[in-house]
Amino acid sequence: MTDTAYNFAYLDEQTKRMIRRAILKGLAIPGYQVPFASREMPMPYGWGTGGVQVSAATLTPDDRLKVIDQGADDTTNAVSIRKFFERTAGVATTEATAEATVIQTRHRIPEVPLTEGQILVYQVPIPEPLRFLEPRETETRKMHALEEYGLMHVKLYEDIARHGQIATAYAYPVKVEGRYVMDPSPIPKFDNPKMSDCGAIQLFGAGREQRIYALPPWTQVVSLDFEDFPFEASKADAACDLCGAENSYLDEVITDDAGGRIFVCSDTDYCRSRREAGFVGAQGEEQVA
Amino acid sequence: MKSLGDALFPLTPALSPEGRGGAQVASGAAVPPAGPLLRVEEIGKRYGARIGCAEVSFDLWPGEVMGIVGESGSGKTTLLNCLAGQLAPDTGRVMFDTRERGMVDTVTMSEPERRMLGRTDWAFVHQHARDGLRMNVSAGGNVGERLMAVGARHYGQIRDRAEDWLGRVEIDADRMDDRPTAFSGGMQQRLQIARNLVTGPRLVFMDEPTGGLDVSVQARLLDLLRGLVREMGLSAIIVTHDLAVVRLLADRLMVMKDGHVVEQGLTDQVLDDPQHAYTQLLVSSVLQV
Ligand SMILES: Nc1ncnc2c1ncn2[C@@H]1O[C@H](COP(=O)(O)OP(=O)(O)OP(=O)(O)O)[C@@H](O)[C@H]1O
Ligand SMILES: [Mg+2]
Repeated sequence: MTDTAYNFAYLDEQTKRMIRRAILKGLAIPGYQVPFASREMPMPYGWGTGGVQVSAATLTPDDRLKVIDQGADDTTNAVSIRKFFERTAGVATTEATAEATVIQTRHRIPEVPLTEGQILVYQVPIPEPLRFLEPRETETRKMHALEEYGLMHVKLYEDIARHGQIATAYAYPVKVEGRYVMDPSPIPKFDNPKMSDCGAIQLFGAGREQRIYALPPWTQVVSLDFEDFPFEASKADAACDLCGAENSYLDEVITDDAGGRIFVCSDTDYCRSRREAGFVGAQGEEQVA
Repeated sequence: MKSLGDALFPLTPALSPEGRGGAQVASGAAVPPAGPLLRVEEIGKRYGARIGCAEVSFDLWPGEVMGIVGESGSGKTTLLNCLAGQLAPDTGRVMFDTRERGMVDTVTMSEPERRMLGRTDWAFVHQHARDGLRMNVSAGGNVGERLMAVGARHYGQIRDRAEDWLGRVEIDADRMDDRPTAFSGGMQQRLQIARNLVTGPRLVFMDEPTGGLDVSVQARLLDLLRGLVREMGLSAIIVTHDLAVVRLLADRLMVMKDGHVVEQGLTDQVLDDPQHAYTQLLVSSVLQV
């Protein structure tokens, strides 16, 4: 049931138009951070207010929404945001990646390749990839404008000097269409290749920092690296103990007090559909059809 | 940007130990006798009603070191910053012999072009090392930054070059991964010099490079600077209070008072036979100590 005290998807139409303009500008300049007037949302910033505003401006009554947090549909954050849009927009929701038209995510890209017609909305805490080494906003803007990105490699250099390899595992910086360097939000670097040449529209919303950026479908996204330390989309060297998947991103889960642990797909929908299709991992149980 | 980086990269290791740039021309190579590297015309800068510097003109020839002396507040830093593109002068031109376009006024050139010069053909050594270093980046990363800024993308090569340069400024290779915060003042200053010279700049600006250091540390730094200047055939403009510094490093000398140049000429001539009353005072007050 839609709560009639609110406009469709909570935000008023004028705000949505403002956000849509920022989104369109972002799509026109892939990877460029577009400032926007972020609104107060009825949830704390850490909960992805940037992503929620982008989703609100994107949703139509016919959409089917999926919300994930760390790959899972059933975590508190994902459940709250899904409920929020069920109440304020009355849209249908789903856990099946392929059936969703809009997917809001925190920290993951679904395993099933996204296709044209889908929109993936990322929640972004810190949109500025250069922030780590250059705290001055005036300076980072200039660096983007003039394509002065040497500093990004200084960060990777420091990583290797300290850890013997590029230890950055999340929010791994990328270059978009050979132009803007972009922070992909704290997704694991395993997901980075999925951003490139993707059929879906990818939108990034940072609420506290008031920035929106975007990747139109089929955009080239390249992870930064060194010739002698090439980028690797690494994951735990194991298969999912429930569904046996060898190429999905895994979470390590502690199963008992005796230090027992298993690896399971972080994408819960992916894991469940594989098990339903009859795949079984080392610790999994045969599904009764 | 990449092409310039590629062009620069092989240049630096080939630096000849033969001495000053002037000597190369004299040695009869097929190099046409070049014009000045820098031509300063009527530079002036005011701070409101106060004169920073006024009506300063001079030529700097390739391989030449120009010293600028004068009492505190005489306009040395103001002038240097105007020449190095760090401060916009109110009047005058600073013509620099660029690789691509020959003599170009750096005051009116586009900002991207000026910033590019700032990390390739120009170097700036600040009085306070912390103004010229990234204090949260390792020594190796500090030296490597300019290489990465012009397109170096091979970690091993960047590291080798950084190590080579740390050696040249007498910093042990085993300090390479330490941050400058763990270095003494003298080491920080030597690191700043290495960081600036690693791309083989054609013109180095220095503002009191030995200021704020102990006398014995100053002497060592001066020795080192002198060696580098001779070995690389550097062209440089050095601002200092210290006549001993110019005696050791500068071919020519400019004496400033109240924002104006009151005397200029060959260093030995000016120091041994000062014409202007103020220079006489300056020289006598130092030499009698
Ligand atoms: N940002 C500023 N605003 C106003 N006046 C300034 C500023 N910077 C310098 N001045 C003035 O301009 C004049 C020249 O200053 P400048 O710093 O260039 O001298 P300097 O020769 O480098 O002195 P020092 O040897 O003490 O470093 C001085 O009168 C100074 O007070
Ligand atoms: Mg000064």
